[in-house]
This record gives sequence, C-alpha cells and structure tokens, in this order.
Amino acid sequence: MTTVSHELDRRFRDAAARESLLDVAYDLVDTPIGTLLVATTNQGLARISYDPDPEREVERLAHAFGVRVLRSPRPIDPARRELDEYFSGSRRTFDLSLDLRLLADFNRRVLRELARVPFGEVVTYGELAARAARPRAARAVGTVMNRNPLPIVLPCHRVIGANGKLVGYGGGLDRKEALLRHEGALL
Amino acid sequence: MTLPPFEGFYAQHRDEVYAFLVRRLGRERAEDAFQETFLRALRAYPKLQHAEHLRAWAFTIASRIVIDEHRRTRPEADLPEVPTEEGRPAFAELEHLADQLPPTERAAVVLRYGYDLDYADIGAALGSNATAARQAASSGIRRLRKEIT
Repeated sequence: MTTVSHELDRRFRDAAARESLLDVAYDLVDTPIGTLLVATTNQGLARISYDPDPEREVERLAHAFGVRVLRSPRPIDPARRELDEYFSGSRRTFDLSLDLRLLADFNRRVLRELARVPFGEVVTYGELAARAARPRAARAVGTVMNRNPLPIVLPCHRVIGANGKLVGYGGGLDRKEALLRHEGALL
Repeated sequence: MTLPPFEGFYAQHRDEVYAFLVRRLGRERAEDAFQETFLRALRAYPKLQHAEHLRAWAFTIASRIVIDEHRRTRPEADLPEVPTEEGRPAFAELEHLADQLPPTERAAVVLRYGYDLDYADIGAALGSNATAARQAASSGIRRLRKEIT
C-alpha cells in the first residue's frame, strides 16, 4: 500500500503549526530521566507528562484545550532546548512562557511560589503553603504538587516533607531523587 | 461518540487518503493535495457535530481537492460539473438533495455521483467494500427517486 513518507508527514505537521491551526502541539522529548510528552498551546507550555501512554495524555489534552491536538515537533523546540540545557547542567532556570489558564486560582498561586524556589534548594510543603499565604494548607499544597502540569519546569521535585523525607512525586520517587541529585540538593 | 483528538483522526486516515490522491493525481501532485486535504480538515474539525463517518468526511475533502486540481489543470475536462438552476455544481446540489438519506447511503450517493469516485474508493471511505458501496448507492438512489417523484 502507498504510505505517507516521513518527509510529507513532517511537512504537514509543520504547516499545521505554522498556520496556527492547532489547539495543542506536542512531541516526545528524551531526557536522562525518561521520555517526556511535552505539549504547548499558543499561550505557552501547557503540559509535561511522564505518562508512558501518550495516547491517554493526548486525550486529556484534547479534553482540556480543544480537539486539534497534533504531534508537531517544531513548536516544542524551545522547550526541548531548555530541557536539554537543564539536564546537561548549563541551565538553572527556565525562560519559557507557561499556559496555566485552566488551573484554579489557588493552584496557580502555589505554583507561582514554587517557581521561585531556586535550583538546588528544597522547601517543605508547609513552608510553600505559608509562602502562598495559606500556612495551614500543607496537605492541599501536596495535592497541587501531585497535579503539577509542568514538572521539572515548575520544580515540584524541590518540595519535601517536614521530616526531610521525599514523600512523593507524580513521576515516581526515583525521578524526584534523580532530579535533586542532579541539582546537588541530595548527596 | 465524541471527536477523537486530531492526531488520532490523522494517523488513522492519512495513508488511505494519500493512496487515493496518488491514484487520482499521481504522486507528485498528490503531495500538495495531501497537505491541503488535512489542513482543510484541521480548519473544519472543531466544527464537526459528531464523530461518525470521519473517514467518508476525509475522503469527501480529498475528492473536492481532486476536482479543484483537475479544474485548475484541465478546465475543459468532462468533470461532474453539470450546472444546475442555481448555478451550483452537481456535487453541491447532490449533497443538498441527499441530506435526508441515511448517513451511509448519503455518503455513497454523494461520493459516487457528486465526486465520481469508483466503488472501490467509496468502499474504502466507508470502511466496507465495493459491493457494499454499490448497494448503498443504489438503495440511496431508489430512496431519492421516491422522494423526488
């Protein structure tokens, strides 16, 4: 059977993004802690997912942002470049614009505070709650971390328990440990 | 049934739509037509009311592009372009007339008589085969005759 060549396929995927016809563009990005699904809208980075089943994540994106979800590498290039730089050690902060419009106010406020926690430092759930002006909401902050749509870029791996334990991570504790080790926050 | 993400629709139908365009236009012209087909599909996709007959829908867009392409390169060719009273081309008129038919019959009639696809292509578009497509088209025509007369 006649099949679409890689070049033709790529040409269409590029054109779809160039003509701004996509609600969401995504691609898979290889990193030392596994393959990530990275998605962007016209407003900015919208999702970084550790989910090994891209189809399920694509469904979620369509539900949240609109059905025109297409794998299209070019719009992901800036995020890919910054993630590469982060993992190779030449970048400590991210300069990407983020699309957080679908989050609840509280989640957005907590994530903004989280974004201020510097590379290589950690903060407890309680401290982060206090910084977001909700000192008794440590548990709620835990939930926000668990649902963080942009792990790594919004560094929920830098949030740990009051007893110094890593507690939990959406991508699995191994990854949290690897990220903190990479930043020199764990010996 | 809700619309699948466009990625799923595209991945599922790109090869058969491309094969159809290659048969109709030759490989070289098929490449531009392929891109145009899916860009048009992408523009219209969020406006679709349901997820039925997506395959026939994709083939309908591709067929329109084939017709445009033939018109562009061979304006004198004997294409299904019979003018109607309102000056609409045959395929547009048919789509309107066939609105009341059951979906499969409607798709078969429009693709056969509006777009001049052969039954093998229509069968492919409908996810069945040439025989089923021929049956759907002829029962659609019978039904149309009854309604018109």
